[in-house]
Amino acid sequence: MEAITHSVTLDADKCKGCINCIKRCPTEAIRVRNGKAVIMSDHCIDCGECIRICPNHAKKAISDPISIMDNFKYKVALPAPSLYGQFKGNRDANVILTALVNVGFDDIYEVALAAQSVSDYTKEILPGARALLHGPLISSACPVIVKLISIRYPELMDNVLKIITPAELAAVAARAKAVEETGLKPEEIGIFFISPCPAKITALKHRIGYDEPVVDGIFSFTELHKSLLPAVEKIKEPKDLSKAGIRGIEWSYSGGEGSAIGENLFVAVDGIDNVIRVLDEVENDKLSNVRFIELNACPGGCVGGCLAVENPFVARARIQRLGMTMDDSKCNNSVDPELLNSNILNWKNTPECTSILSLDSDRGVAIRKLADIEALYETLPGIDCGSCGAPSCHALAEDVILGTALESDCVFKLRERMGTLFHEMAELQEYMPPPFREIKQ
Amino acid sequence: MAQVLTQKYVVGADDFAAAGAASAAVKKTLKQLSFPVDFIRRTSIAMYEGEINMVIHGGGGIASVEIYEDCVKITLADTGPGIPDIEQAMQEGFSTATDSIRELGFGAGMGLPNIKKQSDEFEIISEIGKGTKLTITLNANS
Repeated sequence: MEAITHSVTLDADKCKGCINCIKRCPTEAIRVRNGKAVIMSDHCIDCGECIRICPNHAKKAISDPISIMDNFKYKVALPAPSLYGQFKGNRDANVILTALVNVGFDDIYEVALAAQSVSDYTKEILPGARALLHGPLISSACPVIVKLISIRYPELMDNVLKIITPAELAAVAARAKAVEETGLKPEEIGIFFISPCPAKITALKHRIGYDEPVVDGIFSFTELHKSLLPAVEKIKEPKDLSKAGIRGIEWSYSGGEGSAIGENLFVAVDGIDNVIRVLDEVENDKLSNVRFIELNACPGGCVGGCLAVENPFVARARIQRLGMTMDDSKCNNSVDPELLNSNILNWKNTPECTSILSLDSDRGVAIRKLADIEALYETLPGIDCGSCGAPSCHALAEDVILGTALESDCVFKLRERMGTLFHEMAELQEYMPPPFREIKQ
Repeated sequence: MAQVLTQKYVVGADDFAAAGAASAAVKKTLKQLSFPVDFIRRTSIAMYEGEINMVIHGGGGIASVEIYEDCVKITLADTGPGIPDIEQAMQEGFSTATDSIRELGFGAGMGLPNIKKQSDEFEIISEIGKGTKLTITLNANS
C-alpha cells in the first residue's frame, strides 16, 4: 500500500478555493492557498466534515481500486455493521452478505461478529481499567476520536480503551479462518474492509495499536454500491452466512456499543462538535460518575459516515427493524475464542500525543508569541470572513505570528494600508522642491 | 525578564449557558503554552469551580489570570453577598445553594474545598454585602 498519512484529500481541479471547508473543519486544519484548499496533515483527524460540506465535491477519501482484489487468490470481504442499513426494502443480513459473495468475494467475515467479541472483552476489562483511572473510560472504536484526543486532549489518552477495533479483529479472524479452510498462505489471501468513512480507512492503513496493517485493501460503501445494489436486487435464495446478532450490528449507530457492552452508566455522543464539547467536560472532571463514554464523530454514529450511501436516520431505522427479525441467540456468537486474548486484543503501542495547540516548547517564547497573537488579533476586524484563507481572525493572527501568513493577507488590513499609502501619495503630490516652493519668511 | 501574560474575563451572573467559558479559554491558553497536562487539569478544575461559584453565588464578576513561565495566578472577584462564615464554607459538603441550583447539578458543597485541593496557594477574602475575592496560585513544577 502506498504511503499516505490521511485518506481525506483534495481534488485540486474541482476546488474553487471557497471558504466552506476551512470554516467547518473542527481542528482548523485547512487554509486556502493559491486558490486551493490545503490540509495541514498534523491537524487533520480524518473526520470527513470537509467532504460533507464541500459544495464542489472537491474533498474526497482515498480508498483502494476494486481491481486490487485480482492480486489475491482468495478474497474475503469485511462488511462494516452500517452496511446492513444501506439497501431499500427489508433486506435480511443473508441477502446482503450473499450479494457480497456474488460481486466477487470468496467469503465474508462480519465485522459485527467481531464487534460482539470486542464488546465481551470490553465488559470483562472495564471494571479493572476503571479502577486505575480518574473519570470514564472512552471508547476507541471511532478512529477520529483517538486521533482527536492525541492532538487536542493528550491528557485523556489514559482514559482511552486501548483495544483493537472490531474491523481489526475481524481481519485477523478472517485471515486465520481462510488459511485454515483453503490451505493457502496468509499472503495469498486478500482481506478487504468495506468502510463507511475515511477515518477507518486511515486507521486501518496506518495502524494505531498494531505494527502491521491487518487488511489488504479498503473499499468505500459508495464505491461498492454500484455493483452491490443490483446484486442485492437479484438474490432469490440467499446463502446462510449471517453469524452476528443485532448486538454486533447495532454498533453501527450511536449508543450501540454501550448497549452491546451491557453498561448502564454510559453516555453515547455523536457528531464531532458534540464530541468536543463532551471531551471538554471530561477534562473539567464533570463526568466522573459516568463509567463509559461512546464517542462517534459522525452524526448518528457510523451510519452517518460520509462514505455511506443512505441517510443515517433511514439506515438506523432499517437496522433496528432488522434486529426485530433476527435470532437473538446470534448475539452470543463470537470469533474463534482462541483469538480472544490480550496479545491480540490489546494495543501494541499507544499513538504519539502531540498537542497541536502548543505554540512553542519553550514556555517563555510561547508566552511572547501568544501575547503577540492577542495583540495582533485586537487589531483585526473580528468578523471571521475567511478571505485571508484562514478560518477566523484568530487563526490568521496565529498564522502571522507563527510565520505562515502575513498581516496584509487580511483584506481590511490591506485596505487600511492602501488608505495610508494613498494619503502619503496625496501628500507627496503636494510637495514642492525648494526652487518652486514659497518660503515663508 | 520573566514573561507574563495577563487575561481578563467577565463572568456573568446566573448565566449557566456561558459558565465555564473563561476556564475553557484559560485551558486552551495553557495548552498553547505547553504546560504539563496535569498542571492544566488542576488549573482548569480550580478555575472552573471558582467560575461556577461566581455564577451561582457571586452575582458575576471579573476573573483575572496572570500566566508566568512556571505558575499561574488566578483572581476571581465578585460583588455578591459575601460569605458570612468562611471556615464553614470551606467544609466539604457545606452548601447554601438553592434547590433550583442543585437540580441543575451544582451546589454540592465541593467547590471551595476542591479549589483549595488543586491550588498551591489559596487566599479568600470576603466582606458581607461587598463581595468575595479568591486568589489562587498553581505552580507548574509542584
